Amino acid sequence: METYSLLRQFADSWMLLFLFAFFIGVVIWVLRPGARKVYEEPAGIPFRHEDKPADDDDSAADAKEA
Amino acid sequence: MTNYFKLIALGVATLLALIAANYARDVAYLVNALTVAVFAAVAFIWVLRNTDEPVQPAPQNEYMDGVVRAGVIATAFWGVVGFLAGTFIAFQLAFPYLNFDWAQGYMNFGRLRPLHTSAVIFAFGGNALIATSFYVVQRTSAARMWGGNLAWFVFWGYQLVIVLAATGYLLGATQSKEYAEPEWYVDWWLTIVWVAYLAVFLGTIVKRKERHIYVANWFYLSFIITVAMLHIVNNLSIPVSMFGSKSVQVFSGVQDAMTQWWYGHNAVGFFLTAGFLGMMYYFVPKQAERPIYSYKLSIVHFWALIFIYIWAGPHHLHYTALPDWASTLGMVFSVVLWMPSWGGMINGLMTLSGAWDKLRTDPIIRMMVISVGFYGMSTFEGPMMSIRAVNSLSHYTDWTIGHVHSGALGWNGMITFGALYFLVPRLWNRESLYSLRMVSWHFWLATIGIILYAASMWVTGIMEGLMWREVDANGFLVNSFADTVAAKFPMYVVRGFGGVLYIAGALIMCYNLWMTVKRSPAVESRHSVVPAE
Repeated sequence: METYSLLRQFADSWMLLFLFAFFIGVVIWVLRPGARKVYEEPAGIPFRHEDKPADDDDSAADAKEA
Repeated sequence: MTNYFKLIALGVATLLALIAANYARDVAYLVNALTVAVFAAVAFIWVLRNTDEPVQPAPQNEYMDGVVRAGVIATAFWGVVGFLAGTFIAFQLAFPYLNFDWAQGYMNFGRLRPLHTSAVIFAFGGNALIATSFYVVQRTSAARMWGGNLAWFVFWGYQLVIVLAATGYLLGATQSKEYAEPEWYVDWWLTIVWVAYLAVFLGTIVKRKERHIYVANWFYLSFIITVAMLHIVNNLSIPVSMFGSKSVQVFSGVQDAMTQWWYGHNAVGFFLTAGFLGMMYYFVPKQAERPIYSYKLSIVHFWALIFIYIWAGPHHLHYTALPDWASTLGMVFSVVLWMPSWGGMINGLMTLSGAWDKLRTDPIIRMMVISVGFYGMSTFEGPMMSIRAVNSLSHYTDWTIGHVHSGALGWNGMITFGALYFLVPRLWNRESLYSLRMVSWHFWLATIGIILYAASMWVTGIMEGLMWREVDANGFLVNSFADTVAAKFPMYVVRGFGGVLYIAGALIMCYNLWMTVKRSPAVESRHSVVPAE
């Protein structure tokens, strides 16, 4: 089979299925139980280190807080 | 030690550029080669003067903001240049006399139009994206930028791209691909700069102190990576000569057209949308002083956007040699794209829930909110126009130009202005902006300008589309092309006036930002304003 037909067939079958499944997987993963609590931590990132980078021990504290 | 290698490289670059200028086969190439030589020579002298001077180690407990400050200045400067070019060519269309005889071949509409689009998209928008991404990635990673002076290389390298492209257009160097006009050597240089940009951004994310990668960085990163991919594939071309600006595309015919619009639409999707959404996801929460409405929604928004946008390009090629299945695919994906776009809009707007009163008191948040509003409006209009039946009316008319500008002036422009108002007091350590009243003036001038622009283009676009397809009882076309041009005159004047209002607002902003740096009282101690956690 020539390369074009082969890639074309692969693209509109398995690759399509994989991409679609990946996307549905992301949506389900985001909506998993307990996600709301988990995402509170990253949602607060813009408000933590406005003026200077975190110190080395600082990051450990952040991780614990989460 | 590294300075010696830099000096050798810059010296060789200067020499090669001068040799290229000597053998140049066309004026555009000659001017571009001399520009490169000047850039390299100035950089050579600058490096030379700093060689063997004592080096201050970069303070790791501070953010690297110098390059962000430079980016803010460049954004404001190129913004005014781009708006000015746009307003001028708008009046050229209304009053053809403005295509001066003495400037034919340099400043006629055909030469200035790519100058305008590239200046606003890549110079104004691109500098805004680079500056804000450098600001945001450091704050949300809680780490100083990776790569040291590589960020400065990205900044100056990008300015060189802009200058080469702009002077090239005026002198006729173009590969005639919309939004990808620069010729082969500018493309090669941009590739190098872009890889450095990716390295700086990714390096900062890798050394982050936060556990999560904040959603704004996902958008910025997808913008950087996708633009690299689009840029390389769409600019596959073979130079006719090493000493001339002309090159020949590798693809031809409908493949070339499809590659171009795969690039063109994703330039909108990833440069003007994903990158600016990165701005939205940082600056709207910061200015509203509350976290994004739904972090879950932002993740779905991200993945939906990047999975769907990449397929929407074929809607630019309805009723062409492109196979029907491909243009149907593009149309379907464009319509599907409506939902994730509105998901993002809702996420931005609802961040204000519980703080809607800020709209009354804070003109900066008002600017950001109307920008998200325009994002919603143009992401509804776009899918609608991509439907084949609607496209048969709208394509090749001014409606398309109106659509682009409601997105570009409304969404990209306004969110950038909001970000600039946010950034300048913080970057220059000022307590507040010089004048909030001026921000209000800017807001209203820009908003009314956009409304005049979009409304006049809807009217001319639909009118012109209807006039083109009008046939009499015997099946003959009723209108000649010149009839439609004559009918559009009043709306063209209104459009130009809208542009004048928009640029007036931008000039007020520049004055306001300048006075903020000059006059506003400085913050006494940098760290006294940190809110307690």
